[in-house]
Amino acid sequence: MPRKKINLPYNIEYLSILDEKGKLDEKLEPDIPKEILFNLHRAMLLGRRFDERLMSLQRQGRIGTFAPVTGQEAAQLGAVALLRSSDWFVPSFRETAAELWRGRNMESVILAFGGFSEGAKSEEKLNNLPVSVPVASQVLHAVGIAWAIKYRQKDDVVMTFLGDGGTSEGDFHEGMNFAGVYQVPVIFVCQNNQWAISVPRSKQTHSKTLAQKSLAYDIPGIQVDGNDVLAVYVAAHEAVQRARSGGGPTMIECVTYRMMMHTTADDPKRYRTEKEVEIWRKRDPLSRFQKYMKDKGLISHDQIEALEEEIKAEIQAAVDHAEDQMKAGGDPLDMFEHTYAELSPNLIEQQEELKREIAAIKEKNHG
Amino acid sequence: MAKMTMVQALNLALRQEMEKDDRVVVLGEDVGVDGGVFRVTDGLIDQFGDQRALDTPLAESGIVGMSIGMAAYGLLPVCEIQFSGFSYLNFHQLECHAARLRWRSQGQITVPMVLRTPYGGGVRALEHHSESREVFYAHMPGLKMVIPSGPRNARALLVSAIRDPDPVVFFEGKAIYRAFREEVPEEEETTPIGKSQVVREGKDLTMISYGAMMRPTLDAALELKEKDGVEAEVIDLLTISPLDDKVFVESVTKTGRAMVIHEAPRSFGPGAEIVSRLMEKAFYYLEAPIARVTGFDVTIPLFSREKAYLPGVQRIAAAARKTLST
Repeated sequence: MPRKKINLPYNIEYLSILDEKGKLDEKLEPDIPKEILFNLHRAMLLGRRFDERLMSLQRQGRIGTFAPVTGQEAAQLGAVALLRSSDWFVPSFRETAAELWRGRNMESVILAFGGFSEGAKSEEKLNNLPVSVPVASQVLHAVGIAWAIKYRQKDDVVMTFLGDGGTSEGDFHEGMNFAGVYQVPVIFVCQNNQWAISVPRSKQTHSKTLAQKSLAYDIPGIQVDGNDVLAVYVAAHEAVQRARSGGGPTMIECVTYRMMMHTTADDPKRYRTEKEVEIWRKRDPLSRFQKYMKDKGLISHDQIEALEEEIKAEIQAAVDHAEDQMKAGGDPLDMFEHTYAELSPNLIEQQEELKREIAAIKEKNHG
Repeated sequence: MAKMTMVQALNLALRQEMEKDDRVVVLGEDVGVDGGVFRVTDGLIDQFGDQRALDTPLAESGIVGMSIGMAAYGLLPVCEIQFSGFSYLNFHQLECHAARLRWRSQGQITVPMVLRTPYGGGVRALEHHSESREVFYAHMPGLKMVIPSGPRNARALLVSAIRDPDPVVFFEGKAIYRAFREEVPEEEETTPIGKSQVVREGKDLTMISYGAMMRPTLDAALELKEKDGVEAEVIDLLTISPLDDKVFVESVTKTGRAMVIHEAPRSFGPGAEIVSRLMEKAFYYLEAPIARVTGFDVTIPLFSREKAYLPGVQRIAAAARKTLST
């Protein structure tokens, strides 16, 4: 009847390839095709500039509340870069940069933050679930999709996102447990951005890492420098390969930082110091990656400037197009669409009620 | 035609739909090897394997959340929550996602799932095993809420629910799982969701009910006929949401008197909505206030007193007599 140590199959590793000063660990440097490096850089820059533009639109009252992604571009883009279009992407609510990578257009994002449900429309059917606001509740949908993929014997995978706060939610644990039991092809990407509104990571859990939550479910887990796009890419590459080849789920903790407020309705000065933000500003994922690209001779200062102009124009076109639609106002009767496949008699009556009200207002205004 | 209990009829519906369509997958706690604690999924694992009759870990939110993902991918999951009293642990998955994904995605992602769960009192069970909370689900735009009242319509409604493009919460009255048998045809039969039925014609009074309360309601109608010579028209709602008011409004314009019978608590219960619809659409035909015979606004008592809580023939008949004498 001994008392002995139980050996668990996994340990938690930490991976960093490009440190905050832009110094590269050449032994760990992945061989990423140039085209992907260019695309990643462009997507990170676009994510940053789009975020900045959304912020100014919000401050001018031209759109409503939104959750900024600045500082987390590497953590999300380094991961989704591994997906192919037939794979599934299941976001939470702070993955705008990743959503654009997955085919959502900027105009639809502006429309949605502008309060128009039409913003969810995409021209083609993408294997993306829409934004999920209730924290971590989307994790289970990813597991269900992954189960269905396995049931259909496809080699697609699912990648879902959550934050440090999300690891406190029951749905996260239920999702991890179900994924472990059924060994389905799902990757849990936790963007540990240190803050759940005002509650710091240290008060969210007593665990040393978030990645170690995976140990309880016998799922491989890894913690990476989430501001190092190369490290995120490498961890996601391993996880996607494992999932695609039938090896089951993986959890990746990307250690990053929410440079901005939780949402535009929040004031972080109430709970965190500018000094802390300054420390993380030096760890910026975008400038770090740009230094890497320049050091490798892949991109020049002038090329970055040209790209900035190109992105600026692209964003402007999206803003113009979205604002035209918002000004036009759309049709309030649209609210009755898509609640059910078909309107029930009761809903038809209610729709008629609103139609009459709108007609009466119009008549009054013109009369 | 074979005579079946509701449990057997539900099993038939699942078996036949699973035979016809490999998108149909049954999942939940104890639904595989054990065949469900009430045996509704009995034998499905033997016929279809453990990938189509899937035993899950014990986590209601996990079961429903996973079903939503399966449905979003294109499967037709039928999940079982062992008792509706435990469905609050998956409540947010229904409210936040199952009911809204079609809307949130502007029709691009749909959730054609069914959540089956036993509800209601009368089987001398533990706490959390006897309540009737259909209004919670009926109040959620985007969900459909269906409650059969016997073996034959249970089978036909479950087939319709599985094929429905929207998420359906399907309540099964524990009290009528095995209480009686009905002829259930082997060949396919469906019943449209969102339509109620007149199950007994009459001219004096309209009795509106559903689920396990249909039996005492029909028994009360019979007693009223025998003892009072009253011809009560009885309506089985079958679907709580979307509520079909056409049939009961038509009936009340004929009878001028109405009562609603349900075991859910009275305040804000299904009866409140039904009475409102009658006020809006049949007010000038009413001869008397509309009666509600319901559970009381208390937690359903433990089983030694549940009989006093649940509407029975005596309480229903007494309320009918009061309505008729006004």
